[in-house]
Amino acid sequence: MTASAATPAKRGRFGSGAQQKILAFASLIVLLVFFSVASPNFLQTANVLAILQATSVNGVLAIAATLVIITGGIDLSVGTLMTFTAVIAGVVLTYWGLPMPLGIVAAIAAGAGCGFISGSLVARMKIPPFIATLGMMLILKGLSLVISGTKPIYFNDTPNFPLLSTGSLVGALFPGLPVPNGVVILFLLALAISWVLNRTILGRYCFALGANEEAVRLSGVNADGWKVTIYALCGGICGIAGLLIASRLNSAQPALGLGYELDAIAAVVIGGTSLAGGRGSILGTIIGALIMSVLLNGLRILSVAQEWQTVVTGIIIIAAVYADMLRRRRAG
Amino acid sequence: MTEVIRMRAIEKRFPGVHALRSAEFDLMTGEVHALMGENGAGKSTLMKILAGIYIPDGGSVEVNGAAVHFSGPRAAQAMGIGIIHQELALMPDLTVAQNIFIGREPRNRWGVLDEAQLNRDAEAIFAAMKVPLDPRAEVRKLTIAKQQMVEIAKALSFRSRVLIMDEPTAALNEAETEELFAIIRRLKSEGVAIVYISHKMDEIRRISDRVTVMRDGAYVGTVAAADTPIETIIAMMVGRELDKTAAAIPDLTAAPVALSVRGLRAGRLVRDVGFDLRRGEILGFAGLMGAGRTEVARAIFGADPREAGEIAVHGQPRSIRSPRDAVAAGIGYLSEDRKHFGLALGLDVRGNIALTVLDRFSDRFLRVDDAALAKAAASYISSLAIRTPSDRQEVRLLSGGNQQKVVIAKWLLRDCDILIFDEPTRGIDVGTKAEIYRLLNDLAAAGKAIIVISSELPEVLRLSHRIAVMCEGRLTGILPGGPACSQQEIMRLATQRETTQEGASA
Repeated sequence: MTASAATPAKRGRFGSGAQQKILAFASLIVLLVFFSVASPNFLQTANVLAILQATSVNGVLAIAATLVIITGGIDLSVGTLMTFTAVIAGVVLTYWGLPMPLGIVAAIAAGAGCGFISGSLVARMKIPPFIATLGMMLILKGLSLVISGTKPIYFNDTPNFPLLSTGSLVGALFPGLPVPNGVVILFLLALAISWVLNRTILGRYCFALGANEEAVRLSGVNADGWKVTIYALCGGICGIAGLLIASRLNSAQPALGLGYELDAIAAVVIGGTSLAGGRGSILGTIIGALIMSVLLNGLRILSVAQEWQTVVTGIIIIAAVYADMLRRRRAG
Repeated sequence: MTEVIRMRAIEKRFPGVHALRSAEFDLMTGEVHALMGENGAGKSTLMKILAGIYIPDGGSVEVNGAAVHFSGPRAAQAMGIGIIHQELALMPDLTVAQNIFIGREPRNRWGVLDEAQLNRDAEAIFAAMKVPLDPRAEVRKLTIAKQQMVEIAKALSFRSRVLIMDEPTAALNEAETEELFAIIRRLKSEGVAIVYISHKMDEIRRISDRVTVMRDGAYVGTVAAADTPIETIIAMMVGRELDKTAAAIPDLTAAPVALSVRGLRAGRLVRDVGFDLRRGEILGFAGLMGAGRTEVARAIFGADPREAGEIAVHGQPRSIRSPRDAVAAGIGYLSEDRKHFGLALGLDVRGNIALTVLDRFSDRFLRVDDAALAKAAASYISSLAIRTPSDRQEVRLLSGGNQQKVVIAKWLLRDCDILIFDEPTRGIDVGTKAEIYRLLNDLAAAGKAIIVISSELPEVLRLSHRIAVMCEGRLTGILPGGPACSQQEIMRLATQRETTQEGASA
């Protein structure tokens, strides 16, 4: 406790819960070393890129979820919202045949709009976040199916759309480094949101709301308004995830999405963000998302059955949270 | 000195409570004005109206002679009115400076937070207060006293001309209180008007210029602090000359010891506590906030781990490791937080009373014998005079006093001989309080051994046959109760810090 008390100034840069992040980072390294030793294929460039590509969608969703979780809330609708925004992109680009930028804007705006509704339900109508976003999750799942007529929408009229995620601008500049755009988008977004959390009022209120919402209100801050904004931002980021997944599959799959929210929340929690609110970081979330995809990829390479991969993921989540609680109990 | 605040005929109702009835209050520049009254008298409510947190149902508020209608705390802050809440309203995960300027963060011209400016601004305030505090420190790591300084700095950062302090010294030790008083005097000399809510008579005499007393949500009167005897102020608060009608003390020398505690240790706040409690006795526990009274109760009850100490019940040594063990030994603990620990609010009265003894009301197929249950519930509803339309009424719809009675019924049904009451009348209105007191006396007369922990000295004085006083985890003395017991003596023991004690014995 004294060690961390001596460096409070660092908090601004790295967010709180630095120790949990170190723990998560160490776990990630241990996993990487373990799988590299266990299988020579693991560290191949192609496989590393595959891991990063697999992280991109879950990572973006987890960034969205992190914002809401830091405020002490939860958003269960991020998965189906992602699908919904993908379907919206499909409607704009394929059904209406509009140019690609409009599809991108529409998807992100739809996400932000849905987030705005969730946020209003939570902040203004005082519906518990779990219930409000559970309802939103089902509504969006249903709407995606209705709008698409339960069939996938393909982006055949927009040949550039798949490049959004799978193309590689970096590869075009540095031929030896074919990092897919999806991965670049994930990391740029992580940097941007990390900056928002630590350098803007929006971020400050995220932490403040999670730490003591009543105190924020008593300080004369428009607590409800900021909460709505944060949920809307979360929704907008889900729109980016929707574009990434639609681009990777070259289609909007309306039946997809359920279960993604739990993976995202798992990544957030493994990364040391407290479900009670008030503390957390984007860096931690990214590490958490990487741990999950490294684990899945590694187990797959070792030919562990998929059923068991899920079991291991569950154990990791519980272990991560328990380790965090132990640490915090020691710190008093 | 000029008048800054004038509140007249203020009305405020909450569901089921008429919190303020034509309350009034005046405040001059450069004065410390104490606001006194028993718990529930409406002091905090009145001040929350002044700070814009509550909207009054009626009456007028004037600031510098002009009528105002605050729409929220921000509007009051803009008029230079700051409040320091009883329960500190800080965000523990944020730094000192971030807390002070929440909602008014300095930003550079791109709208980005300017953390360096933030810390400089905070430093400037602390420099003016002459308090050394690091603006970058995380608030959760500060002591309560330091957190209080942060609250004061926050209020001052609004250039407050009116500062409301709601029981600011409740959690402070003597040195910290002195520090606070020094700041108050400095602010006062700069013309800041200060409202000072406190229960501590000696502090009021030392720091304040005028005293306004409230009772049951209404204004009673305003007197000069310096030349008004304490008895007069207390009489104004309780509505009668100092109530010496402490319960008659029964002679219990022959009564068998029900609970014997020796060498109890548990953490920082239970340090070598030992006492005997006889059947039929009410032992009061007095002390300042954080003296360790609740911790002693929890350690006896097995709710917190114990480091050392023996507990004997009716002369038999018992090993109590969990609340289960304690209940098996016949010890009941009625927590200060009824709603969290004592009651299932959504269940009806009958269900709550029987909650912990359901096995007694079920057959071997686990079927509940509702008829027997109803009979048991009915008997306690009448014997404890629980005011409820029926035993099927949900407990959350009852008043605080009646909820407390349901908790008592629950423990009586479990055949507990030793009952520990932690703040038995918190949040209970004056009328029902008397009833709870009578109930406790009846229980003692019926042979139960009772411990009462209370932060309200009048309550301890009125109920206790003997009074155990604690300070910083140590039992500093046990005084005989009754009319002979002096408040001063209790306060002396309650503030007998370790260093002072060593100095005295040397």
